[in-house]
Amino acid sequence: MSRFMHSSWSRCLQATMLAVVVCFSLGATDAGSRFVDLGHRLMCTCGCSQLLGECNHVGCPESGRERKELSDAIAAGKSDQQIFDWFATKYGTTVLAAPPNSGFNRLAWIAPFVVLAAALVGTTFLVLRWSGIKLIKAQAAAATESALTDPAERERIERIRRETDADGGF
Amino acid sequence: MATFGSFSLLIALMLAFYNLFAGAVSLRLFATGQATRISPQRLASSARRAGIAGFLAISCAAFALVWSAFTNDFSIAYILQHSNRALPGAYKFAALWSGQEGSLLLWGWLLAAFSFVLRLRHKTDVRLYAYAGTIMAGIQLFFLLVLNFAARPFALIEGYLTYIFEPHLILGTIISIPHAVTNLAVVPDDGNGLNPLLQYPEMVIHPPMLYLGYVGFAIPFAFALAALMMRYPGEKWIKITRTWTLVTWLFLTCGVFLGMHWAYAVLGWGGYWGWDPVENASFMPWLTGTAFLHSVMMQEKKGMMKSWNIWLIFSTFMLTLLGTLLTRAGLVSSVHAFAQSSIGAWFTGFMIVVAAFFLFVYILNRSHLKPEHTVDSLVSRESSFLFNNLILLTACFVVLWGTLFPILSEFVSGSKVTVGAPFYNRVAIPIGIFLLFLVGICPLLPWRSTSLKAIRRNFVLPMVAMWLAIGVGLLCGVRISEDGKFSEGGFYALLAFGFAACAVTAVLSEFVRGAMVIARQTKKNLAEACVLLVRRNTRRYGGFIVHIGVVVVFIGLAGSAFTKTNEQELALHGTMTIGPYRLECAGFTQDANDNYQSEYAKLNVWQNGQMQFQMYPEKRVYLVSQQPQTMVAIHSTLGWDLYVVYEGTNPDTGQPIIKAIMNPLVSWIWAGLGVMVLGTLIALTPSAKPNAGRTAGLAAGTEKITEGANQ
Repeated sequence: MSRFMHSSWSRCLQATMLAVVVCFSLGATDAGSRFVDLGHRLMCTCGCSQLLGECNHVGCPESGRERKELSDAIAAGKSDQQIFDWFATKYGTTVLAAPPNSGFNRLAWIAPFVVLAAALVGTTFLVLRWSGIKLIKAQAAAATESALTDPAERERIERIRRETDADGGF
Repeated sequence: MATFGSFSLLIALMLAFYNLFAGAVSLRLFATGQATRISPQRLASSARRAGIAGFLAISCAAFALVWSAFTNDFSIAYILQHSNRALPGAYKFAALWSGQEGSLLLWGWLLAAFSFVLRLRHKTDVRLYAYAGTIMAGIQLFFLLVLNFAARPFALIEGYLTYIFEPHLILGTIISIPHAVTNLAVVPDDGNGLNPLLQYPEMVIHPPMLYLGYVGFAIPFAFALAALMMRYPGEKWIKITRTWTLVTWLFLTCGVFLGMHWAYAVLGWGGYWGWDPVENASFMPWLTGTAFLHSVMMQEKKGMMKSWNIWLIFSTFMLTLLGTLLTRAGLVSSVHAFAQSSIGAWFTGFMIVVAAFFLFVYILNRSHLKPEHTVDSLVSRESSFLFNNLILLTACFVVLWGTLFPILSEFVSGSKVTVGAPFYNRVAIPIGIFLLFLVGICPLLPWRSTSLKAIRRNFVLPMVAMWLAIGVGLLCGVRISEDGKFSEGGFYALLAFGFAACAVTAVLSEFVRGAMVIARQTKKNLAEACVLLVRRNTRRYGGFIVHIGVVVVFIGLAGSAFTKTNEQELALHGTMTIGPYRLECAGFTQDANDNYQSEYAKLNVWQNGQMQFQMYPEKRVYLVSQQPQTMVAIHSTLGWDLYVVYEGTNPDTGQPIIKAIMNPLVSWIWAGLGVMVLGTLIALTPSAKPNAGRTAGLAAGTEKITEGANQ
């Protein structure tokens, strides 16, 4: 039975790994996806608080120029980081739609996962502690119960009581 | 009418003060048993009546402001700034909450209305209600102070001081001495009009819904604090506030979703959630409120998480205030912060007072909050509730962190950063997916503890459904890598579809299992048995239906990973394609009325060589404010929305620029809201009791269902 269980679990694991590999090996190509992707990681600087790729203000004084700069940079073969650095130098860090992952701003990215991990670990520890305490209490209660009902154990307690002239702790 | 409104607000202020003072004194007398000339009962009764009268007074003020909008009284600065003669009637009504002062008046009025209902129902538990009513009076007093002195809705236009009562000038001096005529400004003939973004039908109901949600959480907070202050025995206060909390949550949910729909249909950028601070401000109390709804069940059923719950409801109430503070005090910039002013100091002060008072009460009475039980096992329903709470609170922290980080970054490093959608997509989506996973597995876990065998039995079907959904997703073209790069959107969408299938299967199997037992007992068919099952335990199965709604919403949200966009200048009879559609420009024209001028395109939409329908994306320019406004054309189907924006005309060619977006599965989000509303309404309905003749059989059936649920 345990061998069957073991083999079924390992098959499940193998199937899962195969599915993950298949998922990653499948791919699609879209020529304009990089412009769309980067356009959604930069802000329009006109003050509309919208992403560059989504700014829809008619006659916006900034978004047209920014989009051209972005498409020129992509055409020039710059990497994503080089493009972000260029935009940040020209317009300031507020042009980036998310905090850069450096210096103090790295904290923005780390803190949520640290909090999540701490909360998960803390709660798991707490629940295990609660259930552990309950288990110990239950075992102690069961031991007491068996001690009081088992004739041999009762005889042993009586013997200790006689020998020590005390209650033996019960 | 301005005089009438101002007087009403001042009277409401005095009544709130009396309510708080007399209420507090009477409660103190009750507690100490001290004998006085006036009995504490009479004092408490007069405080309660002052609260009821306060509601009438603030109702008069709200009526006065609406009346002023309808009668175009532009001597009132608020009406001048937020209304105009040509404004349609419904929007004149909406002017009540379209600006700072009006929306605070609405807040105060709703608070008074909730308190009014609370005071009418005081016989349920006179002492508990007296405590809660006094706490509510304290909150009401704050809003009335703001309305009378910081954000006065009946302030007159500059230079129009006449015999008008000005309470902020006479406090501490002789009451109601009219000011002398100083100089008479000419009242403008027309107002500045309502913000064009707010001139949309949903804006007539979205803000009141949201405010009902914000204000409503004051009630469970007041009851929780009252129960703690009086060391209320047992958990009856939870039963009393359950309906309040659920209704409040429902209003907030509807408010948030209506806001999403408004953003989708009006802002014209193609999405429904931009992680804007104003949106975040409404989302944070929703998250903690949802956590409270779950964990309070643990307190009610098992006497657990008492301290946790009191902190949760306190946090929810504080977040409703913090959201207002953040967006109105100008601390964070927002794409739709319609009402900014200097009331931040008032809100900060009030929050400090509330926090200090709460801490004082909590420290004094925390021994009353000792849990009666603890969690038995890591794999149990109780434990899953704990983790559910944890994830909801982490999500709330992420949203708050992202909202506040620009301020923190500027303070520490001296340079401001933007925390926009890419940050939340990276951080909040994994947490959301984990929450969806918990929605799926929570109903499968029994109370207390379980065995490995039971887990395997309960999990097989949902796991099969999950892998099937992922497989179908892959077959339908969902990819988790593009150009050899990992695609987050595709990966999360696949996970969302998988966990959604898992969750729906888990919940439906609960329904089927219960219905089959009832069908066997009552000889009804499965559908009838299902209805009976829900009617007999509306709370449990209403909750499950809400979970299905949440899952449907998640499926809709996952669709955003596959959005397609095309933007093009269209000449007459020019065409553009997007997805399966071909859009042909059949004409573009202009129109005008008293309120706005508009230009729009007429588009014929073709699919499979046949013309299917026409769309009219529009751009308006409102005459008074000269502000442009997009009117998006949306064609919704179950699979996707065709979303078309008229972006204006190219100044060089004079031809319209059309932006077309294919938004997959958006209608699922709105459908999910419908299911959530239905589930909440069912959960609010009292459960039906079995007929006497069938009691024995049904009792046996119910026993088996419960047994099944606990396995």
